[in-house]
Amino acid sequence: MSPVTRILSTLALVVALMGSMLTVVETPIMTLGLFALPVLLVGVLLSILVLAPYRTGLLSGARACAALTGVSLLMAAALLGTVSAYPAAASHGFWAYVLVAWAMAWLSVEELSGLTPQSPLGQRLVALAIPLAFGVWLLILWQLAVVGFGVPRVLLPAPSEIWLRLLSSPQILWEDFRQTFLKAVLIGYALGCGSGFLVAILVDRVPFLRRGLLPIGNLVSALPIIGVAPIMVMWFGFDWPSKAAVVVIMTFFPMLVNTVTGLAAADRIQHDLMHTYAANYLQTLLKMRLPMAMPFIFNALKINSTLALIGAIVAEFFGTPIVGMGFRISTEVGRMNVDMVWASIAVAALAGSLFYGLVTLIERVVTFWHPSVRG
Amino acid sequence: MTEAGTFQTPSRSPFAGLMSGTAGPVIVVVAAIIAIWYLAAVLLNTPFQRDIYQRGGIENPPLAQLVADTLSQPRPVLPAPHQVAEEIWKTTAEKSITSKRSLVYHSGVTLSSTLLGFIIGTGLGIALAIGVVHSRVLDKSLMPWIISSQTIPILAIAPMIIVVLNAIGITGLLPKAMISTYLSFFPVTVGMVKGLRAPEAIQLDLMKTYSSSTAQTLWKLRLPSAMPYLFASMKVGVAASLVGAIVGELPTGAVAGLGARLLAGSYYGQTVQIWSALIVAAVLAAGLVSLIGLTERVVLQRMGMAR
Repeated sequence: MSPVTRILSTLALVVALMGSMLTVVETPIMTLGLFALPVLLVGVLLSILVLAPYRTGLLSGARACAALTGVSLLMAAALLGTVSAYPAAASHGFWAYVLVAWAMAWLSVEELSGLTPQSPLGQRLVALAIPLAFGVWLLILWQLAVVGFGVPRVLLPAPSEIWLRLLSSPQILWEDFRQTFLKAVLIGYALGCGSGFLVAILVDRVPFLRRGLLPIGNLVSALPIIGVAPIMVMWFGFDWPSKAAVVVIMTFFPMLVNTVTGLAAADRIQHDLMHTYAANYLQTLLKMRLPMAMPFIFNALKINSTLALIGAIVAEFFGTPIVGMGFRISTEVGRMNVDMVWASIAVAALAGSLFYGLVTLIERVVTFWHPSVRG
Repeated sequence: MTEAGTFQTPSRSPFAGLMSGTAGPVIVVVAAIIAIWYLAAVLLNTPFQRDIYQRGGIENPPLAQLVADTLSQPRPVLPAPHQVAEEIWKTTAEKSITSKRSLVYHSGVTLSSTLLGFIIGTGLGIALAIGVVHSRVLDKSLMPWIISSQTIPILAIAPMIIVVLNAIGITGLLPKAMISTYLSFFPVTVGMVKGLRAPEAIQLDLMKTYSSSTAQTLWKLRLPSAMPYLFASMKVGVAASLVGAIVGELPTGAVAGLGARLLAGSYYGQTVQIWSALIVAAVLAAGLVSLIGLTERVVLQRMGMAR
């Protein structure tokens, strides 16, 4: 048992025991203690039943992990039920039990990360479950904090409201997605990465250009290129071509710099080997240098996948037709429809993560030989 | 890395020395970019200039006049480099710093929120990295989310973060700095996690034989060996902070800052103003990055880690 686990489990146990003396719900007309809320009471009793043997070391390993996960989720459900029945009325006792539930979740993850399953499937499940638990608890704490403190909707909507908005207006969100992602981002990304790649191969043939362009490319990669957005909107109009143009400019330089660096990755001895095979320039390029440059190229593709989405959305702040994620976000902020804004952001985040994940997946297939993939 | 060029016999040309290094090629490429810029300015501004001639009743103006006129329009599609340089000179050197038209004033506003956000972001990034290196739970649960947090187009919520924080009563520098923080903490965290894990097992074992505590190992071994990583990621972070600060100024109806200049320029079609704000932002970014590069060199030299 590490010091952190010992402190956390002791704290959770003490708070769970003492919490019964505090008021859980406090409204102007009434106060409720723990014994007036049966579901929460059951949750707290079970927590004590699990935490006490865990603290003393009677319960450990996979069984402790399962018990802690189950009880912490039960506590979360009870707390969520309580808070939605009495919104904005949470009192000290309530937050004490939130602390207990969170501590148990932390301990369960601590136990989970200590597990070493034999099968590869089990290992992968554990590797997936830990960040998933973190994400779920982030959402639970967000919901509890927003509803419990009665945060105004204009400031920060609860995850449940954002979810309802996602379900109730798929039409608008799909239209925005198509305008911003399927048109501007994908086309700009393909053009920007493609031209960066081709220019890099040309530059690589001329050492003079490589020495001249590489420092400049490095510098431009650090510049706030997003600032060209208003210019592009002026040149290419309000519709998606101007956003695609911004994306092209933003993705071009990372691709150029990374590909040029990657093409220089092959060693002298490898060049010599190709030379003894009497390979010509094209053969050397296709069979040795490009495959060796792939990790660098995929690095650029990954950087660009996030840059492209940012570029397209920010460019929409400078003028769009009445559709698009950037347009939706800026107008709905003005109309104080914050749940719609967050729904748009959720879609953008999901699209960004999936895009990034897809590129990573292709990378694993293409650069299967690289040490970082073989593990 | 040896290159084929090094084996050639040196040529007699007086320019050979200049062209073999980095400086010569960079200067040539920059000159080529400026030449292309001028050419593009003439080509892009020609249609509008022809309209003016038509309205003025001038038939077939000589080419020299056409070129001269396209390079001196008040609101060109693409301003020529000298127009931008003139505008920058007018708005920096010839205006007092406190004037609302001075680019120095606007750069100062942007720079202050950039630096505040960068400092908070770097601090947060280092703290997170220390947590991740020392806690197995944080490592496994937080790291995937830190990485995927950057796939969220956070710049897109910049307007909302500022609206939200203004509503709570936090105004001024901090909301913009928050966006810079969000963008700059990520490279620092990732770089520092790598850096704090850079000491080899044998060095960690040595610390163990000295029976040093975790804090002592961190302070005396891990942090010093993470320094090169810290500086490399700070360079990325400061550039990201500047982007964050500029975008943070876009949608808030901010009246000061380079982002506000960009937005105002785009509303009123003042292309020269947009370009000069852009160039100043670029100079600012290059300055910040090279400042950190300079600090890096000095610090690593003092620590005896210079390569």
